[in-house]
Amino acid sequence: MKQIQGKKGQVGALAWLTFAAITIALFLVFIYAPLEATMREVQKIFYFHVASAWLGMLAFFVVFVCSILYLIKRETKWDIYAYTSAEIGVIFTSIVLVTGPIWARPIWNTWWTWDIRLTTTLIMWFLYLAYGRIRASLGEEGKRAVYGAVFGIIAFIDVPIVFFSIRVWQDYQKTGLHPIVINSQGTGLAPDMKPAFFFSLFAFTILYAYLMQRSVKIETMKAEIKAIKDNVLG
Amino acid sequence: MNFARKVQILLWKEVKSELRAKEMISAMLVFSLLVVAVFGFALPSDRELVKQVFPGILWVTLTFAGILGLNRSFVSEKQNDCIYGLMLCPMDRAAIYCAKTIMNLLLMLIVELITIPLFFVMFNLTAPPNLSLFLLVLAVGTFGFMSVGTFLSALAANTRSSEVLLPILMIPMIVPILISAVQADKIILAGGGFLELKIFFNLLIVFAVVFTVVPLLLFDYLLEV
Repeated sequence: MKQIQGKKGQVGALAWLTFAAITIALFLVFIYAPLEATMREVQKIFYFHVASAWLGMLAFFVVFVCSILYLIKRETKWDIYAYTSAEIGVIFTSIVLVTGPIWARPIWNTWWTWDIRLTTTLIMWFLYLAYGRIRASLGEEGKRAVYGAVFGIIAFIDVPIVFFSIRVWQDYQKTGLHPIVINSQGTGLAPDMKPAFFFSLFAFTILYAYLMQRSVKIETMKAEIKAIKDNVLG
Repeated sequence: MNFARKVQILLWKEVKSELRAKEMISAMLVFSLLVVAVFGFALPSDRELVKQVFPGILWVTLTFAGILGLNRSFVSEKQNDCIYGLMLCPMDRAAIYCAKTIMNLLLMLIVELITIPLFFVMFNLTAPPNLSLFLLVLAVGTFGFMSVGTFLSALAANTRSSEVLLPILMIPMIVPILISAVQADKIILAGGGFLELKIFFNLLIVFAVVFTVVPLLLFDYLLEV
């Protein structure tokens, strides 16, 4: 029983930090940042869209790293990290896939186009949904962790290949609408928009850390309860 | 006994059991013939129009026929715990993966030999202007999706819902192959040469190499538990 409570103070601190960061981000996005000249209010979605996309990539990268670490070290914690990170990644990738078309409809006059970023995000989303399905259809813990890790690795290796194949395909057809906000020349943003943009990225990163901490705690508690049950029931 | 000999022995075992049961090949063949017929009904008989969609239809058919076969590839080893017998063989587990992949490729070859000419006949298409190039793209594409498919089939076979899981795992994984092979075939049917489709061909090669090496490295993990 002793450890199940965990370190309460830490969770609280991170929760408050996340709350503050998201509040400031909201302020910067909706009040501080100027309205975009042609896109008007619709452009506000961009701050959260990009932040979610960044978070999705980050989460899937964490899955990849934790999967490798699990296969090497065989410690349950890496499996828990990989799994919770994948869950969070799927949620935020879903947000990307929903906010993108909402923005695209008035701006591009279409909900969807087979652009590099859109398509890669969609395929990535499918891959990590599949990752979740593997875990859901395996009962034994050891097997679930190993199979999850194996798929977590090959899925992440697949993402750049998907990206390049779509890029080649797009180049061939000479299409592609998606704006590239950050490139080697810097950002294509007005100076007043930059704080809102970068702060949203920062706030979402903290949000990721907070969600990870919560879910890891829940998963750890589940594992402990299961251990206690097994102990009691024999 | 060297690695190639071990693979050969395992492959012979695969061929023998398939010759006796004819489980995979019959399902794959009947399915792909059905698909040819269904597209025959579903599409207009305008040859120019069919030419546009043909590469897509071809690769979708091959993918699903492949998945149908792959579904049985490792599940059949679960019966009577045959997989443990395989694992007890005094050889590198990678040999099992290689033998299974080669077997699946042989099955796909048979399916392709029968289905693709039928497609051309059914849709009243003339043979592609550059037949060797068409076959090359077909070979590399098939190899790529079978090498990753065999691996994923081993993964899915050990889960509770293997038959449903495999397509979910495999289709997003082979998107690069589908895109590159379909584009390459489009260029070939339009009369283009190797230089035009070189970039797509390179992608197929990259995919095939990556997804031969990575499964070989990770295959041991799938059989350990």
